[in-house]
Amino acid sequence: MARLRGHNFVVANLLMGPTMLWLVLFLILPLGVILVYSFGSRGTYGDVILGFSFDNYLRAFNPTWLPIILRSFGFAAVATILTLLLGYPLAYFIAVYGGRRKNIYLIMVMLPFWTSYLIRTYSWIVILRSQGVINTVLMWTHLTSNPIEILNTPYSVILGLTYGFLPFMTLPLYASLEKLDKSLIEAAWDLGATRFWALMKVTIPLSLPGIIAGTLLTFIPAVGDFITPDLLGGPNTMMIGNLIQQQFLSARDWAYGSALSFSLMAILLLGIFFYVRKAGAENLA
Amino acid sequence: MSPSTSSSTTTTGAVARRRKPRDQRIKGKGLRAYVAGVYAFLFAPIVVLVLFSFNDSKRNATWKGFTLKWYDALFHDQPVLDSLWLTLRVAIIATIIATVFGSFAAYALTRYKFRGSGLYNGAIYVPLVIPEIVFAVALLSGFNAASVGLSMKTVIISHVAFMVSFVIVVVKARMSGFDNALEEAAMDLGANEIQTFVYVTLPFMLPGIMAGALLAFVLSFDDFVITFFNSGVGNTTLPLKVYSMVKFGVTPEINAISVFMLLVSILMVLASYKLQGGPPTVVVKDKIKE
Repeated sequence: MARLRGHNFVVANLLMGPTMLWLVLFLILPLGVILVYSFGSRGTYGDVILGFSFDNYLRAFNPTWLPIILRSFGFAAVATILTLLLGYPLAYFIAVYGGRRKNIYLIMVMLPFWTSYLIRTYSWIVILRSQGVINTVLMWTHLTSNPIEILNTPYSVILGLTYGFLPFMTLPLYASLEKLDKSLIEAAWDLGATRFWALMKVTIPLSLPGIIAGTLLTFIPAVGDFITPDLLGGPNTMMIGNLIQQQFLSARDWAYGSALSFSLMAILLLGIFFYVRKAGAENLA
Repeated sequence: MSPSTSSSTTTTGAVARRRKPRDQRIKGKGLRAYVAGVYAFLFAPIVVLVLFSFNDSKRNATWKGFTLKWYDALFHDQPVLDSLWLTLRVAIIATIIATVFGSFAAYALTRYKFRGSGLYNGAIYVPLVIPEIVFAVALLSGFNAASVGLSMKTVIISHVAFMVSFVIVVVKARMSGFDNALEEAAMDLGANEIQTFVYVTLPFMLPGIMAGALLAFVLSFDDFVITFFNSGVGNTTLPLKVYSMVKFGVTPEINAISVFMLLVSILMVLASYKLQGGPPTVVVKDKIKE
């Protein structure tokens, strides 16, 4: 080992070189560009006039835009809670009762994680639209005479987010529950705790790192999601992702779009920082 | 706990089972039912897509009989085939670049302790934690600021930027199981460093590299958001094609494309798991560590 290790700094940096070059050129510098753009303003032809003003950041608090931003955080928070309610029992079941079929159960959660988010979202259109599966069943059973409008409502967007990010919540929960020493739960039962209290006092506190990791992994992409509100929502369910897309591709106000993007990233990174610090980063995963 | 849960905890389980009052067993059944419901929720939409891709009805959700005509239409739809071809070219080129770069980096990060490795370890997680849309518009702004016109090249560049971290994570996980004594033994037996790498270290890394490459391919093949912003006019990958078709209206042909795309992802991911020796919780765990 000494022979390989001792030599040298240069080789290691050469090996890291291509990746770091790529990340600097195509991630760090572009983030710098939107930071610079965010202080500029929109030119007549949709170009960016560089400058130094905070107007774009203040505009986000304008009554036209503020509801969109608040809605993004609200929808993402509701979806995160729902994924936790669905994902925790699922992860617990796989970790504790999985037995020999643990891998199969796990793969069944992971496959959706790795399949196209666009297509998984589209599948809900097939189910929810007015000639879709649900409305066809409802009308066939004469529960309603006219199709119910489910798409383009907050419900369909939250449903889509919950569905889309359920694996993101479940997998870190599983990683945490799997490491949990089951004899601790049995000890709690033996000492007279009911199942409910053993869960509340032993299992959940011990799986807190997984809960935190799952919450972050769900909440962050959910706030910035653009496919779900775009496909399952309507003008009244616009989220910050749609707003950014609109500024870049149709309104062509890149300066404002950059300010929105940068704020989104900064808020989320700060959130991660404080959340993780409070909960103890060392315990994560 | 029902009898079917004869798991690794059999002995402790048996003790616990004897002691457990009736209501606890019933609750275990409640959990089972709940979990079955969650799985149904996860898979119902996919099942619906598969079913309707074979349904002989253009407009409605009622079953009109089995047909393969939507798949047939798919394979005669030139724009769709063009998109597929473009998607494959992008995915293959981006996968090769990301896999080579990522494997180098993973090797450096696991085999050497050097100043700055902590910073590098942190840097590779940045693409995994920033919101995808921010990544996408930053790239678009970057290309614009550098006066680089959008093309297939910018799509490939963008894909490599988010894929490389995944490759590093998978290959690193594989390397963490490497026994340094193997390298020492090879060198004690007279192999030089290059021979040691080629005949000992690289063969050990290879399953990790292949697994990482397969996952990277899936990420590129399925990517929508980053491609949407950085492809420019006329570079319609398959996900972009599906998106524009969905915007135009739901058709059974979209269901057929969707099933095809799901199948590609699922097969690749299963192959990747096989290479990694089981479903890798490490990928997820590593993803979270930062």
